Parts: sequence; C-alpha cells; structure tokens
Amino acid sequence: MTQTHRASGEVVVLVPTGMLGAGIRREHVRYGIAAGAHAIAADSGSTDSGPSYLARGVSKMNRESIKRDLDILMDVASRAKIPLLIGTCGTSGTDSGVDWTRDIAIEVARELGITPKIACLYSEQTAVDLASRNRQGKIAPLPPMGPVSNEVLESCEHIVALMGPEPYIAALQAGADIILGGRTTDTAVLAAVPLLNGAGAGPAWHAAKVAECGGQCTVNPRLGGVLMRVGKDAFDIEPLDPANQCSPESVSAHMLYESSDPYRLTEPGGLLDVTKADYQSLNARVTRVTGSRWEPMPYTMKLEGARGGDFQTIMIMGIEDPEVLAHLDEFHDTLQRVLTDRIKTTFGDEASSFDLSLRFYGWNGTSGRPVPAGTPAPRDVGVMFVVTAPTQDLANRMAKACNPYFFHTPLRLGIELPSYAFPFTPAEMPRGQVYEFLLNHVVHTRDGFELVRTNWTDLAQTTRGVPASA
Amino acid sequence: MRSKTAGPFWVTVDLFFRNGELFRRYRDAPALGAELFERLYGTDPQLVKRQPVDNLNMIKISFPRPKPQGWMGERDMHGGQLYTRLLDVEIG
Repeated sequence: MTQTHRASGEVVVLVPTGMLGAGIRREHVRYGIAAGAHAIAADSGSTDSGPSYLARGVSKMNRESIKRDLDILMDVASRAKIPLLIGTCGTSGTDSGVDWTRDIAIEVARELGITPKIACLYSEQTAVDLASRNRQGKIAPLPPMGPVSNEVLESCEHIVALMGPEPYIAALQAGADIILGGRTTDTAVLAAVPLLNGAGAGPAWHAAKVAECGGQCTVNPRLGGVLMRVGKDAFDIEPLDPANQCSPESVSAHMLYESSDPYRLTEPGGLLDVTKADYQSLNARVTRVTGSRWEPMPYTMKLEGARGGDFQTIMIMGIEDPEVLAHLDEFHDTLQRVLTDRIKTTFGDEASSFDLSLRFYGWNGTSGRPVPAGTPAPRDVGVMFVVTAPTQDLANRMAKACNPYFFHTPLRLGIELPSYAFPFTPAEMPRGQVYEFLLNHVVHTRDGFELVRTNWTDLAQTTRGVPASA
Repeated sequence: MRSKTAGPFWVTVDLFFRNGELFRRYRDAPALGAELFERLYGTDPQLVKRQPVDNLNMIKISFPRPKPQGWMGERDMHGGQLYTRLLDVEIG
C-alpha cells in the first residue's frame, strides 16, 4: 500500500522526463528517490506533434520506449512505496491511449513480480454529450475561434477534455499506487501530489509548470529531468543530473516556452499568476522561487478535437537548369497551370475537389511568400509537388497522371523538352491523410469530476492471473 | 529571435535584446505593433498580444495562426521558421 502522506514541510515530486518514452535514466530516478521524493509524476503526451495522434487515437512513442521507461519507474516506485502518476497517456490522452498504457503497465508489473493498484482516469468526451452542453450554453470559444456548432463536434474523430488534478488526488486518496490519466493539463499531473499534501497552491502550480517539460527548465535540457520541492510559499527546482543546473534564468525563461502569455496561465479551476515571482539561486544547481499566486476560478476544461481530412501524394524533383532558376516565379505559374489542366482533363468530375501545391525549396518553399524583386537566382531548387484529394487512391492517380508533365515541362513552349532530376522512381509517394484540430473551446463544469470516469485494476486481487477490473 | 506554436491555433515569437538599454528603447516601439504582424502573417491585428518580459530583456508577441496547424497547405508545422519574416523589418 502506498504512503501518500508524510509529516514534512515540503512535498517532493520527482519528474524524470518531459515525455514518457523519451528515455529515462535509472541513476536520475535513484537520485530523486534518495532526495526523498514523495511521488513520481510525468507527462506522456503533447499536442505539439500535431493533430494526427488525436484523430487516430494512436501513440507517437512506440510500445518499446514506453515499456522501457515504465519498467524503470514502476520498479523504483514500488521499492520506495511511493505513487506513480502518468498524464495524457498515449500522446493524445484518448481512452484507447490510457488502456494501451495500462496494458503495458500490467505486463511490466507481471515481469517485475509486483501487484500495484492501478487507477485509470478517462477524459474522452462524446459529441452527443457535448452537443447537449453546447445547447445549454456551457461551451465557450477561445480566440481566435467562434462558437462551435454541433456538426463540428460530430465531425471530430476523438474529443478529449483536459483534466485538472482533482481526479488524481481522489485516486491517491483511494489508495492508487499507479495512476494512468487520459488528457490532462501538463501541470495538473505534477501539481496533484503537492496540492494533496498541503503545499501552497501558487508554488504547487508554478513548480508544476516549470517542471512539466523535464529538463527544458535547466541549463542543459538534454541531461534529463528535475526534482521539485514544494512548500507553503516557495518551491525549489533542481535537475536530477549532477552535471546540470537550474538557474534563475533557465527557470524563469521556461514560462515563455510555447505559451502566449508569460505571466498568467489558465488551468482547470483557476489561474496561475507569476507576475510577481522572484527567482533566486539557492546554490550552484538549485533555484528557489517565491511569489507565485493561484487565483481560484469557476471550473472550466479545455477541449481538444481532431479529425482526418483529405489525402496527399507528393513528388520531389531537383532543378539546376540556370534558365529555369532565373525565372522561377514564371516557371511556377506555368507548371501550376499545366498540371491543373492535366488533372481536370484526365479526371473530369472526379476532380471536383482537389488541391495542387508546388513548393520551391531554395526559393520560397518554406514560407510560400512572394520573393522580393531583384533577388538573385539560386543555384539549385527542390520542387515538391503536393496533390490533395478525398481519397489516397485518387491522390495517387492524380500524381501519376501529372508525373510526365511535372518531369518534362519546359520554362516556355518551343524549347526542347527538358528532364528534371527525380531522385526516386516511382516518383509518387503517398503521404497519407491530412489531420486538423477543430476545437479551441472550453466547457464549464461543476467541478473536476463531472467529465471524468475512473476505472480500477487491482493486480493484488487476481484470480488465476486475471486482474480484477471495476 | 525564435518562434513556435503555442497550441495549434497560436504562434508565439520571442524577441531577445542584447541588453537592457536596447530592450527599453524598443519595448513599446510602434514599429513592432499589431499592424506589422497583420502585414507579415495575415493575422487579425485585434488579437495580437504583446508582452514585455523585463527581467529577460525580451518581448513576447503572440498572434493567431491564419490557418490552423497541419492544414492541407501547411509548410511549417511547428512555426519554427515564422520569425524570419521579422529579420528585414526596420524598427528604427
């Protein structure tokens, strides 16, 4: 049975990595345990990698990486008799992501010969349920979006709500050894244990924000995770690696990372305000932060939803011909026209909705913006052809039809047909589906539990090796 | 100078100044106003957010992506190269 309370002025949380599966080092975790960690907490997900993981409900990290990291963490947590919390399982935090992670954890537990009590927290939502809340005016847009229609909700493959710490705290109070959460705010997973154990809310949330990307708040981000010690009015943050440091600069700069507001961060149930935070070096490796404030607010949970759209096929070729390179804008327009005509002629009605994009790397491929007049010609250009169509098969066939024209179109008519440089044959490469995030909205709830489901798997209560699930 | 997505719908640009004097000179410069970002990125000028971070001699400017991350015509999924459009801007 895991101890969740200790008589101590500080709550110590070991954050071994910014992303489960990234490769945790055992010596880092041992250091944190020796330093008196009350819990291990880590994030397993991100929206950073794009919408495809949420739309498909699959993990970005492969099974081996997750299992390897869980093996280390579960072994250490079990020996130290402290809880292990993992948030946003399976990259996007869908129900399937949680279950996938749970199945890996059960396998690891069997191999380690341990029988932890596992709580699974689910925050995936249905379009039907959200449509009902939408009708009650409980779903509000965040800029730059407008109000969401129920049709948009229905078109999402998966929708998740970002959990706060409350379900984690409840699971700990009910005796969980391991908590595997669906989509959760990065900070909530780390703030849960300090909040449960009487740490100040401002320091708990701020420490969690700083620590959530693991080594990103340190001077040398490649050297692993951090240890957070949270008290009533302050928190200390230090790297797990003896060669690394958390300086006041590296710690304060982290609030800037990937956020549009450096001082105020909205979380479920409140707002973290670090406008008056003060960062001091405690010693060469450790920074102490005071002045973090938490303002409780009516409970809201942010929604994320994604869907898969059309399909793309690409071709790439290189051009060194100096005449073409001296007239790239003209060449682009000619090629665009020729290929568009080719598609319309070949496919007729089937070409009712397609998009053709030609990107000239070495010229303006990265931005797609007009090039200032008088810009000298490059020596070499890579042309990427991207066709987007409702099915992969159609996109492939359109690319095939364009292939000889893409390869042979001259700068102007009347010139001998050129051949550009294809690195591969066949040249057409099916690239897959386009995914997009559709929601940037919040739902108002009573509390942190209304949209969350909890399931238990207690490996100590097994019948002939089959875990009891509730 | 660096840029990155802040969630799928926003871009955040951090402008670091070499010292406090340069930072204070440009901290509130009109040349770095919302109209510049509308012009360079096609974003809604009313939604552009500018925040100086005094202790780091840095200005953080955030704005909505005109198209969401990963749309069919995406060229820079994580917004890592969006800042380069600012390099040629004269701020006086």
